[in-house]
Amino acid sequence: MITNLGCGLNMIDFMLAILILIGAAFTFVGSLGLARLEDFYSRLHGPTKATTLGVGALLIASVLYFSTRGEGLSLHEILVTLFLFITAPVSAHLLSKAALHLRVHSVARPPAEAEDPIADQRGSSAAHPPEQAS
Amino acid sequence: MKHSLLPHPILTPVLALIWLLLVNSLAPGQIFLGLLLGWAIPIFTLRFWPERVYIAKPLTLLRFLAIVLYDILIANIAVAGLILAGTKQTRPAFVRVPLALRSDLGISLLANTVSLTPGTVSAWLSPDRSHLIVHGLQVHDPAALVSEIKTRYEAPIKEVFEPC
Amino acid sequence: MLSLAVSIAFALVAAAVVLSLWRLLKGPDKPDRILALDTLYINTIALLVLLGIHLGSSLYFEAALLIAMMGFVGTVALCKYILRGDIIE
Repeated sequence: MITNLGCGLNMIDFMLAILILIGAAFTFVGSLGLARLEDFYSRLHGPTKATTLGVGALLIASVLYFSTRGEGLSLHEILVTLFLFITAPVSAHLLSKAALHLRVHSVARPPAEAEDPIADQRGSSAAHPPEQAS
Repeated sequence: MKHSLLPHPILTPVLALIWLLLVNSLAPGQIFLGLLLGWAIPIFTLRFWPERVYIAKPLTLLRFLAIVLYDILIANIAVAGLILAGTKQTRPAFVRVPLALRSDLGISLLANTVSLTPGTVSAWLSPDRSHLIVHGLQVHDPAALVSEIKTRYEAPIKEVFEPC
Repeated sequence: MLSLAVSIAFALVAAAVVLSLWRLLKGPDKPDRILALDTLYINTIALLVLLGIHLGSSLYFEAALLIAMMGFVGTVALCKYILRGDIIE
């Protein structure tokens, strides 16, 4: 019985270690992409995907760790994971919108309509853009 | 009367579940409090949720979620490979995806899905919502990318949330 | 084995923080810096989660949740500032 339990714990330890390493590796790769890719739009890919998945894996490892210590299920880390998975694309979209607005340097040519300040709903030149129903 | 008492039938259990996760317990009192919050919050925030959400085909939704999760995993490995290989391997491009979706929820779901999956980030939505500009990290064939996004992600979302 | 994995993970995430900081300082454009800040706070969440596993305490979860929320709001506010020139209209 005891050896069986020890084996099970080892198994969980092993899985935890793998999950933690995968998570940390993806987090690192995301930041590496942020540091080394060429233009802003390419750099956007690293943090939105790799870092989100990396932190997700770490949080799942945390769920596993605290749930197997005999103090009952601990699922609240899932909330942070969910929150990150919902917010990461939203902030990426807003960032790329801001970048198109500022016309930052890009390797691929952005479509002209997206860079046109008039097409961008409220316009950029007006200090106090008129309120419109969107 | 029923309409104003329970304006969003899906939101209530979701909020209750989030409450239970937040307090990290399954005590009956907490379940009751969660359901109470899930009932009260949609009523007080009614003005932020003008559209009523219907899920037409739950099975299609589940299959869609499975596909997206699988794609997130695959996409991350691919993007990680591209990042490690360096900037010479990437071939970034902007593509235009014409949208068949009309509702707020559908478009935001599609944009979020596109951002989380294979080497693409949704970059800009045209003011009339007729198309989405998507930035791809490695695009060999723009037309193929557009048709993949349309068949793989847009069609199920349309089926589930806009069945008409 | 677990403590070794956590130590390696600490090193990797710390390296990620350094890379994000480098991008934050280097720029070159405003969106780059905002993106670097965004990445930095997600890295901080990773560090907090690792610290929680390392110390065996789930107290750090609340801090991670708060950082996730505040970081998102901060990113959105900065983007809105660039897009509209104003945060509260």
